[in-house]
Amino acid sequence: MNFDLRFPLGILFSLYGLILVATGLTSTPAMINQSLGINMNLWWGLFQLLFGAIMLALALRKK
Amino acid sequence: MTESSIQLGVVDYAILLVYFIFVLGIGFALKRSMKGSKDFFLSGQSIPAWVTGLAFLSANLGAQEVIGMAASGAKYGIMTSHFYWVGAIPAMVFLAIFMMPFYYGSKARSVPEYLKLRFDEKTRGFNAISFAAMTIFSSGISLHALAKLLETLVHWDYWTCIAISALIVLIYIFLGGLTSAIYNEVLQFFMIVMGFAPLVYLGLRDVGGWSALKEKLIPVATSQGYAAGTWSHSWAEMGSPIENPMGIGWFGMVMGLGFVLSFGYWCTDFLVVQRAMAADSMSAARRTPLIAAVPKMLFPALVILPGMIAIALNHQSGGTLLPAAADGTPDYNMVIPALLAKYLPTGLLGIGFTALMASFMSGMAGNVTAFNTVWTYDIYQSYIAPGKSDQHYLWMGRWATVFGILVSVGAAFLASQFNNIMDMLQLVFGFVNAPLFATFLLGMFWKRATGHGAFFGLLAGTLAAIIFHGMALTKGCVPGIKGGWLHPSLFYQSEMGQNFWMAIVAWTACFLLTILISLATSRTKTDEELTGLVYSLTPRPKSENEPWFKRPAIIGILVLLGAGALNIIFR
Repeated sequence: MNFDLRFPLGILFSLYGLILVATGLTSTPAMINQSLGINMNLWWGLFQLLFGAIMLALALRKK
Repeated sequence: MTESSIQLGVVDYAILLVYFIFVLGIGFALKRSMKGSKDFFLSGQSIPAWVTGLAFLSANLGAQEVIGMAASGAKYGIMTSHFYWVGAIPAMVFLAIFMMPFYYGSKARSVPEYLKLRFDEKTRGFNAISFAAMTIFSSGISLHALAKLLETLVHWDYWTCIAISALIVLIYIFLGGLTSAIYNEVLQFFMIVMGFAPLVYLGLRDVGGWSALKEKLIPVATSQGYAAGTWSHSWAEMGSPIENPMGIGWFGMVMGLGFVLSFGYWCTDFLVVQRAMAADSMSAARRTPLIAAVPKMLFPALVILPGMIAIALNHQSGGTLLPAAADGTPDYNMVIPALLAKYLPTGLLGIGFTALMASFMSGMAGNVTAFNTVWTYDIYQSYIAPGKSDQHYLWMGRWATVFGILVSVGAAFLASQFNNIMDMLQLVFGFVNAPLFATFLLGMFWKRATGHGAFFGLLAGTLAAIIFHGMALTKGCVPGIKGGWLHPSLFYQSEMGQNFWMAIVAWTACFLLTILISLATSRTKTDEELTGLVYSLTPRPKSENEPWFKRPAIIGILVLLGAGALNIIFR
């Protein structure tokens, strides 16, 4: 039987979320300037983390 | 600054590497599920509808599509949305409601095999061979485009790019077959959304929002001699071909793109139909194109809008965002790379860059999986080695993957050496594809259509396309590969318009000839043989017991209303 795709999706985007949040927290002013003064890495990283967590929760709930 | 390169940081490389590991990991994890040929070629018909739906969308979302739609957004403005709201959604709904029952419900394992069951061997052979050749060359073109882009963007070596991406695609399909391709397409779908959404958000914020963007698109239009609102209206300037940069009037657009080409692609191209055929039930198969249609409707915001933003900024800044192409106009293909470099800091840049790589690779993988299925079932099993064990065909499918990828690499080599060969091939494929939907339409809805009618109708349609091409020419082009090599007597405002009209002519010729020849020849298939293959002889699939949101007709109508509303809002 094929495995539930939500599982790798959840892990991948949680991981990417963590990487982006870490990058966001250590951003240089130049990086923040580039994205128009918004710490996009941080915010978009948190969103990806949330998406990843939801996918993981859905995959695990089924088991 | 006109930078045509981007600087990847350590984090960006880490993100790319993680992606490669996941893609290969999915292949290895699926290896155990590949027990027979049906697992390898049709995913054992076991995939839930949301997965096949997103894969259906992604299979068409290769990187040429992403880069090309952004380029068109810059070149033509919001009129590019016709490729979505006119040239995709209606055909996807038609496939779901009317055609899927025949593909999924009959014993056919591929689109060419449907033609064999419905018509005869020669019609299948013609379709299978042209389709196999076409997919494998498309995969090669995809590979070439990827390597070319990476060479300019990040200065990687052309052949290293080809070798790495071909090897990764080879491994994951060899191991996990269609399921692997489908799973990775879904991964790619989310990568594109995650990578491009921040790009669009920042770009739109930078130009000052949607109304400011419309303002800034006015000088873009007027400086090229078009009416002020041309870039921000999809229908207003479609009265005649000279009023808009696409060079097409509304009739050619609706009939050529919206009907002939769109239905021909979405309803008969095995590359996309295969995704729906892998679904776990008839109901899921019919919902597949509808589930795909919802994000498809919204995708112009992710792929066309960046082009519009880029051209507005480029015009405003006096041409410093986009590098100039050889002829002095902005290089529209650099829209996405230029915006990535401008707005995304390291980290997000890795996500955007990986999304681009992912769409190249899954575009290639989609072609390879469609190729190995048609090769193994429709060519190898039918003409070369019939009657072997299922394990033998599974083995063949794996090696067809290797062979297909090697040929793709060869095609990429050809493309890198001789640009004209690829133009030539795409032209020939255009001749073969243009009439195809007439054959399927008559086959599915008119039981009197015969094998001879279908085959010679298709040939006539192809011939009509060739003759049309010999007579038609775009203004400003010299007779030759662009057309007009017989006797230039039909003139078009743009190559796109010429193409749409070629499709209309080819389709009409095929439609009429198939009817005439069918009436002149006797039926070779009885009503019993055609049960499940023709509309009037097939019991309707039951969906009354399903909740409303799972019933194809209801979702289909909602999707059409949505597309209609978008057309009206952005008219």
